[in-house]
Amino acid sequence: MSENNGMFGASGSGDTSGFGGLARSAANFGSSERPYGSYFDEITDELERAYPEFNSAIEKVVIDRGELTLHVKREKLFDTAMKLRDTQSLRFEVCLGVSGVHYPEDKTRELHAVYPLLSMTHNRRIRLEVSAPDSDPHIPSLVEVWAGNNWHERETWDMFGIIFDGHPGLTRILMPDDWPGHPQRKDYPLGGIPIEYKGATVPAPSERRSYR
Amino acid sequence: MPMSGAAADWNGIKSMGLEEKLPAGFALTSVEKLAGYMRKNSLWPATFGLACCAIEMMAFGGGRYDAARFGMEVFRASPRQADLMIVAGRVSNKMAPVLRQIYDQMAAPKWVIAMGACASSGGMFNNYAIVQGVDHVVPVDIYLPGCPPRPEMLMDAILKLHEHIGSEKLGVNREQVIREVEAAALAAKPTHQLKGLLA
Amino acid sequence: MTTHDSYASATDTTEGRVYSVTGGDWDSLVTEIGQTKEERVVVNMGPQHPSTHGVLRLVLELEGETITEARAGIGYLHTGIEKNTEYRTWTQGVTFVTRMDYLAPIFNETAYCLSLEKLLGITNDIPERASEIRVLMMELNRISSHMVALGTGALELGALSPMIFAFREREKVLDVFEMISGLRMNMAYVRPGGVAQDLPKGAIAKIRETVKELRHNFKDNEKLLVGNSIWMLRTKGIGYLDLAGCTTLGITGPVLRSAGMPWDLRKTEPYCGYENYEFDVITTNTCDVYGRFLIRMQELEQSLRIIEQACDKLEKSEGQPVMVADKKIAWPSQLSVGSDGMGNSLEHIREIMGTSMESLIHHFKLVTEGFRVPAGQAYAAVESPRGETGVHLVSDGGTRPYRVHFREPSFNNLQATSAMAEGGMIADVIGAVASIDPVMGGVDR
Repeated sequence: MSENNGMFGASGSGDTSGFGGLARSAANFGSSERPYGSYFDEITDELERAYPEFNSAIEKVVIDRGELTLHVKREKLFDTAMKLRDTQSLRFEVCLGVSGVHYPEDKTRELHAVYPLLSMTHNRRIRLEVSAPDSDPHIPSLVEVWAGNNWHERETWDMFGIIFDGHPGLTRILMPDDWPGHPQRKDYPLGGIPIEYKGATVPAPSERRSYR
Repeated sequence: MPMSGAAADWNGIKSMGLEEKLPAGFALTSVEKLAGYMRKNSLWPATFGLACCAIEMMAFGGGRYDAARFGMEVFRASPRQADLMIVAGRVSNKMAPVLRQIYDQMAAPKWVIAMGACASSGGMFNNYAIVQGVDHVVPVDIYLPGCPPRPEMLMDAILKLHEHIGSEKLGVNREQVIREVEAAALAAKPTHQLKGLLA
Repeated sequence: MTTHDSYASATDTTEGRVYSVTGGDWDSLVTEIGQTKEERVVVNMGPQHPSTHGVLRLVLELEGETITEARAGIGYLHTGIEKNTEYRTWTQGVTFVTRMDYLAPIFNETAYCLSLEKLLGITNDIPERASEIRVLMMELNRISSHMVALGTGALELGALSPMIFAFREREKVLDVFEMISGLRMNMAYVRPGGVAQDLPKGAIAKIRETVKELRHNFKDNEKLLVGNSIWMLRTKGIGYLDLAGCTTLGITGPVLRSAGMPWDLRKTEPYCGYENYEFDVITTNTCDVYGRFLIRMQELEQSLRIIEQACDKLEKSEGQPVMVADKKIAWPSQLSVGSDGMGNSLEHIREIMGTSMESLIHHFKLVTEGFRVPAGQAYAAVESPRGETGVHLVSDGGTRPYRVHFREPSFNNLQATSAMAEGGMIADVIGAVASIDPVMGGVDR
């Protein structure tokens, strides 16, 4: 017959709430529809007027939480950036850096680079977003458009592995020069160690039981 | 003049009753006590301020929590001239070789205070970038918890270190102390067997 | 050389011979270099240096005393804070983020919370009293940060007294911080939805008293440095960066304002109710270290003005909540100081244990699970003492951030070191870096 040891204890995770089986997916935003609201219509119209290849360059226009995001194809990134900077009615003179994001589930578009732009002349803000697949993580460098992107692109290379073509010196900036791997990617471990104190072990932050 | 035989009879340091019995103008001490007294009262820190704890260390050197009253306001930039390295702040993996180099360039006798949680154990940053405790890199004399520790806590740590320095042994006594400490360390209960209240 | 020092020997590298100067060997070094035909001298002002404003590595190529090429090496304080926040709840992110730019922790927290509130969509639901407290804390933090900037900048250029004066004033501000939030630095006081706890009794009176003392004591530094011929010789015309250079490098803050551009996010894109405060944006048009020094000194007075106005507003809004009304987001407890330190106040414990089941559930869920933020991304920026601190938050709909990226002004502004230093002398690099006022925690994150 069967062998039962003890009368208590859970098999598996012991979760009887049912929340353990909850599957959630956050869908990507689709393109927003006109009218965009506030100054966003003006910006997209001006850009379309100044940049004839607008429709082939811009993949989608997302208006969310009061901010405009232009998803640009990486081949057209440089031209779009020059137009945004030089057109008198747009004049986005300041680029506030590059922020890399890694979406491992978004196949063929895993690595995103986000450029927040600021126009001091017109006091407006927009955001450019570019994506590149993991297998070919190349994005054109915007150092010639905004010189301040130099270190930001180096940081994004260091942390995510996005190679910026045309960068004057793409080397590691935050990690030691010979560090392998790109730390802020989702497949890179946090690298914490379990802490032992007076008989109890606290696991590293990535190993702990916690809500997601 | 040092009287090594009589030194063994004294329990305390403060009262040396012999002075009253001697003709005026003499004081007696031992080389150990004199050396300890000199060393602790002019302990020059090396600047190794890294992050937030460095600001509290600077506040300790400032006017309110005066470090100058202990003879410590001269933060020597050159490790060659410093006795004490206060590792104040989080040590990243890139900085660790630099930390070791500075420690090696200090001349003995030298002491290390790991100031703050990040220097003592990695602190709240349990990840790929931070050395989990500078004792992985340099030998530490005093661990000072806090995030960041108040300047008064730093002062407390330094005063404890002063007591320790003032009572350090020299010569034959020092070798004996080192042997005793080593034996105690070898016989001590390993950390993973210390259960605290769970035992 | 009698001692064997493993760091002291000269090594041959691909770039030529590299010498380590360790002290007492300058004459032997000079004769050795004189015998080679090398004209280039590359000096490494290493990460541990008293004058480089933190763990900054400056690699300078010299010709005599003039710098032909200057490069800044950073990353010695990289802590991986941004990756760490991906493993904690949104509220716990505040405690991480506050330690990036450790001289202006409230600004880091506020930028993060503003961006998070944008993602949550509760920007208009933040109570006014919470915004007023945020403004108060931010301006106090601006004063304490500028004090460190002035003190350490002066120290690096050789002036020792301003450091003592500056830290003396900073202690007064830190006393106020301690009274309000419990900690002197890295307070984690601004939380998503408002602030962690209300002002204690007597805080406003203490602040008014402190403002009076500060206003009186700021004159010490002013009398010492402004118009001081030595100070002006060290700082006038040094570290020149004009408006074109600033805009292409994306530089904001006092460096941009020293080029004449009155760009201040508190005026151009007001947040936390800044449009209701009267203050001036200080600019100079000399584009040099002296101009930035004057800007910082005068911004202190403007901050005092804002603090006084905030105190008036806070007196009027006494008793109003300091957290957003939505109980599923608002940090649950009011803290108070008990016999064993600061913790949940007894009234709160009485409420959750005795009176209200919902409060207990909210407290439990908020502390263990945290609130969920709808998917999307947002960017919010504040005007920190160094420039524009921007936060780019990406959420995937869960209780933990998906990506937190800080656009730190120090990281960006430090790129100007090369532009400011080349062509000048070594001593001027130090002044230029001090005028950029980088905080290496913010640079490396």
